[in-house]
Amino acid sequence: MSLSEEQVGQIAYLARLSLSDEELQSNTKDLNSILSLAEQLAEIKTDDITPMAHPLHMTQRLREDKVTEKDQSESFQAIAPKTGKRHYLVPTVIE
Amino acid sequence: MSIHNKTIAQLSKGLNSGEFSSVELTQHYLDRINSSQLNAFITVTDELAMEQARSADDKIAKGNANILTGIPYAHKDIFCTNGIKTSAGSKMLDNFISPYDATVSHKLNQAELVMLGKANMDEFAMGSSNENSYYGDVKNPWNINKIPGGSSGGSAAAVAGRLAPFATGTDTGGSIRQPSSLCGITGLKPTYGRISRYGMIAYASSLDQAGPMTQTAEDAALVLNVMAGFDEKDSTSAERDVEDYTASLNDSIKGLTIGLPKEFFSEGLDDEVASQVMAAVKEFESMGASVKEVSLPNSAYAIPTYYIVAPCECSSNLSRLDGVRYGYRCDDPKDLEDLYLRSRSEGFGEEVKRRIMIGAYALSAGYYDAYYLKAQKTRHLISEDFKKAFKDVDVIMGPVSPTTAFDLGSVKDPVSMYLADIYTLSANLAGLPGMSIPAGFAQNLPVGLQLIGNYWSESKLLNIAHQFQMQTNWHTKVPQGSE
Repeated sequence: MSLSEEQVGQIAYLARLSLSDEELQSNTKDLNSILSLAEQLAEIKTDDITPMAHPLHMTQRLREDKVTEKDQSESFQAIAPKTGKRHYLVPTVIE
Repeated sequence: MSIHNKTIAQLSKGLNSGEFSSVELTQHYLDRINSSQLNAFITVTDELAMEQARSADDKIAKGNANILTGIPYAHKDIFCTNGIKTSAGSKMLDNFISPYDATVSHKLNQAELVMLGKANMDEFAMGSSNENSYYGDVKNPWNINKIPGGSSGGSAAAVAGRLAPFATGTDTGGSIRQPSSLCGITGLKPTYGRISRYGMIAYASSLDQAGPMTQTAEDAALVLNVMAGFDEKDSTSAERDVEDYTASLNDSIKGLTIGLPKEFFSEGLDDEVASQVMAAVKEFESMGASVKEVSLPNSAYAIPTYYIVAPCECSSNLSRLDGVRYGYRCDDPKDLEDLYLRSRSEGFGEEVKRRIMIGAYALSAGYYDAYYLKAQKTRHLISEDFKKAFKDVDVIMGPVSPTTAFDLGSVKDPVSMYLADIYTLSANLAGLPGMSIPAGFAQNLPVGLQLIGNYWSESKLLNIAHQFQMQTNWHTKVPQGSE
C-alpha cells in the first residue's frame, strides 16, 4: 500500500502544514519509504499482547483539586506574538 | 594537565582548595567556547555565567559550598531556562524566551552550578546527526568533517572538545548514548521517570529522559545525584528516593554476568567497531566478569516500532506550536487557517514535518490499529525480551552505534538515518537505563560500549563503568586541537 501525493497533501493539511509542489513530491517518497519500514510490524504475531502505553506500567497519580500556581498571565503573554486586553489575538474569525 | 582536561571530581577539589576560582575556570571555558569552530552552542550566556561564578566563589570562600558549587556546564537547549532563549534547535522557538525554569534547570541552579550556555541540538531532538538544527551542523571534535551524533550533538561535542566539563542531554531513542559514543565521552540515560521532564520540551513523552554527559562515570554519578528525583510537576515522574549514585562506584565487579545479545552483533555492524566492543568485553572478563549469550528476538523491530510510536507522540506534542501563544508567527496572516498553516510550515524544519505527518497519519481513523496500536504491542514484546534476559544476566553489553561517526551531509535518505539507531531504541521503548562509555577507536574515531541495565540499576551501571575506567584510559583521550 502506498500513499499518493493527494493523500500526503491531505495528511499535511490535517497536521496544519502546507507543502510546496516540490515538498509534496519529496515527502510522498519519504513517507512511503518510512511506512514500508513500518509494515515490517505486520510480520509479528501480537493477537494476545496488550499494548504498552507506558514503560513503567504506572497509574496516573491523583492530587487534591486546589490551586497551586499563581497567575502568570503577564509573563506568559509578554512572549506572545500578539495580545490585547489579556487575550491572545488572531486574525478575525467571525465578522 | 590543562585545567579543561580535568574531571568534575578534580575541578571540585581545585575549587575547594583554592587552586583556582570559579570565575577563572568559567572565563577559561568561555574563552575556549568563543574560539571554537564546533558550533556546539546556540546561545552563550557569558554574563550570567560570570555572575553565577562570582556567587559560587563567595559560597566557597564562606565554606558553604557543595561538591558541585562553581562547576561550569553546557545545558542542552531543550531545557527551559527562565529569561533565556530556549529554542530546541528550531526556528519555531527562535524568539522564545522561556518564562520559567525546567525542574532540571532549577536543580542545577540550586546546586550552584555555572551555566556556560545552551547547547546545539537536532530540532526538537529529532535526529541522529545534529544536521537538523536551525542553527547549523555541529562538528565532531575528533574530525570536523564528521557528524557528532544526535540529538544531543552540541552537548557531546562540548564535552569532547573540552568546552565544558559536563553537559546535560536528553535521550528519546539514543540521543545521549549515540553522540556520547561518536564523540568518545560517557553518557547515561537513566530509567524512564528518574529525572523530571517538567520544562524539558517534549518530543515523545513516553520515551523522553534526561541524563548527564561527562568525561567519566564518576562525574556522571555526581551530576545524576543532582538531576534525579521525584517531581510532582511531571505526571510520569517516579516516586522513588534518590540514591547516592557515587556510593557503590568502587564495588568489585567480580562475578558480574554480562549478557551479549546475539542480535546486536549481526549484519550491519562495522567489523572494527565490533572488535573494539569485544575487546572491551574481554577486559571485563579479565576483571572477573563472565559472559553469556542472550537473545532479544524482537529487537530488530525496534526501528519500525519507534518510528511509529515517537512520531505519533510528536504530532500530538507539537500541535501546540501554532503561532498563537508563543514562538514563530508568519507575517500578515490573511485568516486563522493561513496563520496556522504558514506559521507551522515556515517554523518547522523538514525532519520535524516528516515526523508530524507520519504521526498524524498513523493516528488517523482507519490506520490507528494497523500502526499505532500494533507498535504499542510490539513495544510490549520488546520489553518482555529484556525481562527474560535479565533473569540470567546482570547487565547487557553491545555496540551503541553500528559505525563510527559518518561524514557530514553523507546520509540524505531519512530511513537510512533511522537504521543507525538500531542498538539504542530498544532501551527507550522498554524504559530501561543505558550508558555509553569510551571503549576504543576505529578509523581514528571513538567507539562506545553500550551498557543496558535493569530498571533502577543506575548505581550498578555507574559502578561497572567506573571499574572499567579504572582499568582503561579510553575516557582520557582528547581530540587533537582540544588538548
